[in-house]
Amino acid sequence: MRTPEAARVDPSPATETDPPLLTADGVTRWYGHRLGCRDVAFMLWPGEVLGIVGESGSGKTTLLDCLSGRLSPTAGHVVYRGEDGDAVDIFALPESRRRLLQRTEWGIVRQNPRDGLRMGVSAGANIGERLMAAGWRHYGDIRGSADEWLQRVEIDGDRIDDRPVTFSGGMQQRLQIARNLVTRPRLVFMDEPTGGLDVSVQARLLDLLRGLVAEFGLAAVIVTHDLAVVRLLAHRLMVMQGGAVVESGLTDQVLDDPQHPYTQLLVSSVLQA
Amino acid sequence: MTDAPAMIAVEELDKTFTLHVQGGARIPVLSDLSFTVSAGECVALTGPSGAGKSTLLRLIYGNYKAQGGRILVRHDGAMVDIASASPRTMLAVRARTLGYVSQFLRVVPRVPSIEIVAEPLIRLGTAREAARDRAASVLQRLNVPERLWTIAPATFSGGEQQRINIASALVSERPILLLDEPTASLDAANRAVVISLIRDATARGAAIVGIFHDRDVRAAVADREFAVPEVRRAA
Ligand SMILES: Nc1ncnc2c1ncn2[C@@H]1O[C@H](COP(=O)(O)OP(=O)(O)OP(=O)(O)O)[C@@H](O)[C@H]1O
Ligand SMILES: Nc1ncnc2c1ncn2[C@@H]1O[C@H](COP(=O)(O)OP(=O)(O)OP(=O)(O)O)[C@@H](O)[C@H]1O
Ligand SMILES: [Mg+2]
Ligand SMILES: [Mg+2]
Repeated sequence: MRTPEAARVDPSPATETDPPLLTADGVTRWYGHRLGCRDVAFMLWPGEVLGIVGESGSGKTTLLDCLSGRLSPTAGHVVYRGEDGDAVDIFALPESRRRLLQRTEWGIVRQNPRDGLRMGVSAGANIGERLMAAGWRHYGDIRGSADEWLQRVEIDGDRIDDRPVTFSGGMQQRLQIARNLVTRPRLVFMDEPTGGLDVSVQARLLDLLRGLVAEFGLAAVIVTHDLAVVRLLAHRLMVMQGGAVVESGLTDQVLDDPQHPYTQLLVSSVLQA
Repeated sequence: MTDAPAMIAVEELDKTFTLHVQGGARIPVLSDLSFTVSAGECVALTGPSGAGKSTLLRLIYGNYKAQGGRILVRHDGAMVDIASASPRTMLAVRARTLGYVSQFLRVVPRVPSIEIVAEPLIRLGTAREAARDRAASVLQRLNVPERLWTIAPATFSGGEQQRINIASALVSERPILLLDEPTASLDAANRAVVISLIRDATARGAAIVGIFHDRDVRAAVADREFAVPEVRRAA
């Protein structure tokens, strides 16, 4: 397994030497002659949230799709250390194994909730489907868990039998998040998870995610335009421009003392984050 | 004090801000700055407004990035250089070693204050109940009325928010505390509480670097003062 950052990491105390959950190494994606993202490398450990920010078209969704195994990179590797402790190059896995990971150990929250939900089946079934993929069989348990998660994302329990087409955009997004978190994944990828949500619901979701991160060691890669969300949720931050990572580091350091001209522009163009 | 181990050793530190959005203007703030702080010692930073006192605290916390020099901090028994530490190491240093109190509180909007104060302990593995008990006793000591514990601090007064901030920095008894005007918005009674909390912390061996504009507070807690030298600005 190649670990690109290993040479750069300082000699740290023994407790910081446990192996990373996810390692990206030289991840590059071209769409023909158009660049999606280039040479992205980082490591992520359990209990860490990595934020990704950058202007529209800078390659954030492309990168997230490569990391989550939905889009194969033109070059580079993505290595995941599974529940069984083995580190695997996710693109060397058979398609079926990769799909299983996506439905069980990972959660993938898509930028457009319609892409991440089954629009034709009920809200309850959208959540239950993930539980069944994880091996749940008892109908009452599945329905009970679906009900609990709808509450956690503040969707009224009496909407459980409604199809997501009858939901508002914000409700669809919350349902998508519930569907992805219900199986207690080890790693979630989220593309603009709080876009279009009102402030109060957004706060509830941030609290929910922080709880899962702090207590169960959930790791997350989160793309967002919202620097206030990033500050509250992400431990580390990567700033992308034109397909490349131009700056990365501790979230508050990148936001409070940005070094790269693009990051300074990004931070100075919002009022207060 | 002199034979106590050094907890912080700043060596030849340089800090210049380069403002790319303003034509690349350069603001030199700290140059070739060195100082050390031992266990059990409280050092007050002094100097005129704009000298770089807050900047120095933020550099030690890893919130600002140094242009040169080293910022050694004793973490789990070994010296770690904050100026070159990886983000992952920094997160561990902050969780276990460095506490920081700024004038402003930044928290997830709907989280009750007692949970905010308990969180640093939970992250270190303390059970939820025990962490809440500990948080409750710190809040009590800081005279935060019990009816506020279950409310998110968004609507609190400046002084109440400041005390939540102090409580969450002090609750896990970290060995190094960085305090940026911790008593600025407090009344006399609460100032006295914070003074006694700071004294308790140094008595248990914590190293403290603080900015205390209030002369009486400074006299009550500081073992010595360190004047942050003003750097001559290029015209
Ligand atoms: N399927 C595709 N075919 C061709 N080009 C694509 C494709 N998907 C993305 N691109 C291009 O790759 C670049 C990066 O796009 P990407 O969707 O990753 O950006 P983004 O950072 O997620 O933007 P936004 O913030 O608007 O969602 C853009 O120039 C985009 O036009
Ligand atoms: N993030 C930043 N970006 C650019 N310049 C900064 C930044 N933070 C601080 N400065 C500059 O650094 C200098 C020192 O500021 P600092 O806040 O450290 O002063 P201080 O000694 O704490 O002053 P005061 O007593 O008024 O709080 C000032 O010129 C300030 O404008
Ligand atoms: Mg996108
Ligand atoms: Mg200051």
